[in-house]
Amino acid sequence: MSDSFTASDLLQTTINFLAVGGLYALIALGYTLVYGILRFINFAHSDIVAWGGWIALTVASGAGWLASGQSPAFALPLVLLATMALCAAMGVTIERLAYRPLRKAPRLNVLITAIGVSLFLQNVGLLNKVFGNRPSTISALLSNDVLATVGGVHLRLYDMLTILLAVVLVIVLERIVYGTRMGRAMRAVAFDERTAALMGVNVNIVVSVTFALGSALAAAGGILFALRNDLRMTADTSWVLLGLKAFVAAVVGGIGNVRGAAAGALLIAFVEVFVHRYVTAAFPDKPWVGQLQDIYVFGILILVLIFKPSGLLGKATVEKV
Amino acid sequence: MKSLQDRVDRLRPGLPITVGKSVLPFAIAILLAFTMDKLIGPAVGATWSKILLDVGIAILLAGSLNIVNGYAGQFSIGHAGFMLVGGYLAAWLTFYGSIHWFGVKTPVGGFLGNGQLLFLGGCILGGLCASVFGVIVGLPSLRLRGDYLAIVTLGFGEIVRVLGQITDRQPKRIDDVKKIPMSDLLNNLGGAEGFSQIPGYTTLFFVYFFAFVLLVLAYRLKYSSKGRALLAVRENEIAAEAMGIDTTRAKVIAFVFSAFFAGIGGSLYAHQVGALDPKELGFMKSIDLVIIVVIGGMGSITGVVIGATILVVLPEIFRQFADYRMIAYALALITVMILRPQGIMGVKELWETSLWRKQVKALRAKLRGGK
Repeated sequence: MSDSFTASDLLQTTINFLAVGGLYALIALGYTLVYGILRFINFAHSDIVAWGGWIALTVASGAGWLASGQSPAFALPLVLLATMALCAAMGVTIERLAYRPLRKAPRLNVLITAIGVSLFLQNVGLLNKVFGNRPSTISALLSNDVLATVGGVHLRLYDMLTILLAVVLVIVLERIVYGTRMGRAMRAVAFDERTAALMGVNVNIVVSVTFALGSALAAAGGILFALRNDLRMTADTSWVLLGLKAFVAAVVGGIGNVRGAAAGALLIAFVEVFVHRYVTAAFPDKPWVGQLQDIYVFGILILVLIFKPSGLLGKATVEKV
Repeated sequence: MKSLQDRVDRLRPGLPITVGKSVLPFAIAILLAFTMDKLIGPAVGATWSKILLDVGIAILLAGSLNIVNGYAGQFSIGHAGFMLVGGYLAAWLTFYGSIHWFGVKTPVGGFLGNGQLLFLGGCILGGLCASVFGVIVGLPSLRLRGDYLAIVTLGFGEIVRVLGQITDRQPKRIDDVKKIPMSDLLNNLGGAEGFSQIPGYTTLFFVYFFAFVLLVLAYRLKYSSKGRALLAVRENEIAAEAMGIDTTRAKVIAFVFSAFFAGIGGSLYAHQVGALDPKELGFMKSIDLVIIVVIGGMGSITGVVIGATILVVLPEIFRQFADYRMIAYALALITVMILRPQGIMGVKELWETSLWRKQVKALRAKLRGGK
């Protein structure tokens, strides 16, 4: 029991926690952006994540970078950019075809439509002509090398890349939302769509850009997830669970709030990695404690919602009569 | 001159009529369930009676969800959690109970024999336990509205699923089970592998009995003051509160009522499939039920029946197009939502639609003309 509480173990867990948090943050931002502007839970987001992973596989194998075993160093950035662009286009198309006709409909309808889109993407991905139903892998794009070992702590390339990518993309998004004209338009639409439209904001373009940004981040998240884990079929529950946890992160942080999503992702990752690691170590004779990970996550969700329904960084809304 | 009270009392129907009126629908429910079981079931053959079972269970589950989602307007996406609770309890009672008291794992006794009574007890126990969870899930609705409540119900469903997955291994050999007292077996629910070898007690009779009872109760609720309170909460919570409705109470009642029947539905499901896999009854199962309610028409009893029938039967018919079936289903879902956002029936019941009224009128005129 003593060896699991050492300083190096603590550091290793911290790195692990940051990598998981970065992954969740990338996906959570997509949920939070769409919710902020259209006020609905985009259940198809986790499928964009799954498609991101699979499109990356298609692009990489099309370029012949997976067969050789050792892919060139520029392969991953290129695949990442291509996939993000493709997924952004996909997100915009979905919004145009499925969600835009429902802009004025009750939110439950949009929600069911999102579920319909989700089922559609899952099952189209299952077709043999598309991605098929056998698991695959893109881990050849990134060797799971240990860059350096400092005092017993392994600095893995994957973890470093995830943390770096998440930090860069979150900062870029933050700059877009809070520092550009388009970002201002996005915040205006989120605040009050009709007034924003009256002030000359083109709501349709704003919504399209939102979906493009969210889907691009989802693609990045999907690739990072697939680099570490098996690339499961698009209808696999692991994608749904990944999406749910990222969504929980967005809600816990205060949905509709960009910084909140990042904070929520870190909190969820902390609970999932840290609490899980040390609670499991504290009860070595009770094997079922090791499976409580998801309970911590959803328990935190319920607690936060009960005591601060608008999320950690969310603003409380006043109910108008 | 008699007092007002006396005159009112005279107009009030007598005890036999009151009792008769309240019992009659349930007598009809038993009769209809019996017809389904003995006449229609054998007449349509094995494949279709299995589909009929699925339809009945879907009606029961979606009908119960309709109380929360349709009447009270509280968006719940954790209904499968109640199913799991009810299913586990009932399976625990019938599987271990059968071994302890009858010494076998297979169904015993004929119609309403010992085995079926045990199963009935399991259904009720499962329903009661699920309704306790209904209180737990309903209470956050004190503070939460709309999407946030939906997310809490989602979290609840997922937590129940994980709790089911970490229960202990299920002893399957009769000799092993007999050595352990019933109460010690409450945690042996099969874990991640699921609870298997549940005796197959579910018949058309039980499914349609509970489904009819639910429909009758849902109908009576909808046209009572309690039901109207729920509808008011759905339309505008603040206005409802201003009118003197205890909205929290109304919502918790809706959750408890709904959870009770979801628990029964879960036990029927478990005893039909013969196994209870927590992975099967996760988030996606809850979503399936929400889809039935929304497609049928939120708050419409007949809508839910139609929605459940369509959404269970259609995929069965198109089973041969395996790969494209779900794609077509997804596209149909999106199309219906865009073209008919209120669902098939909207908030109306079948007998409230203008088409139905016109037909009834025409029929009456025809009958009068015939005489």
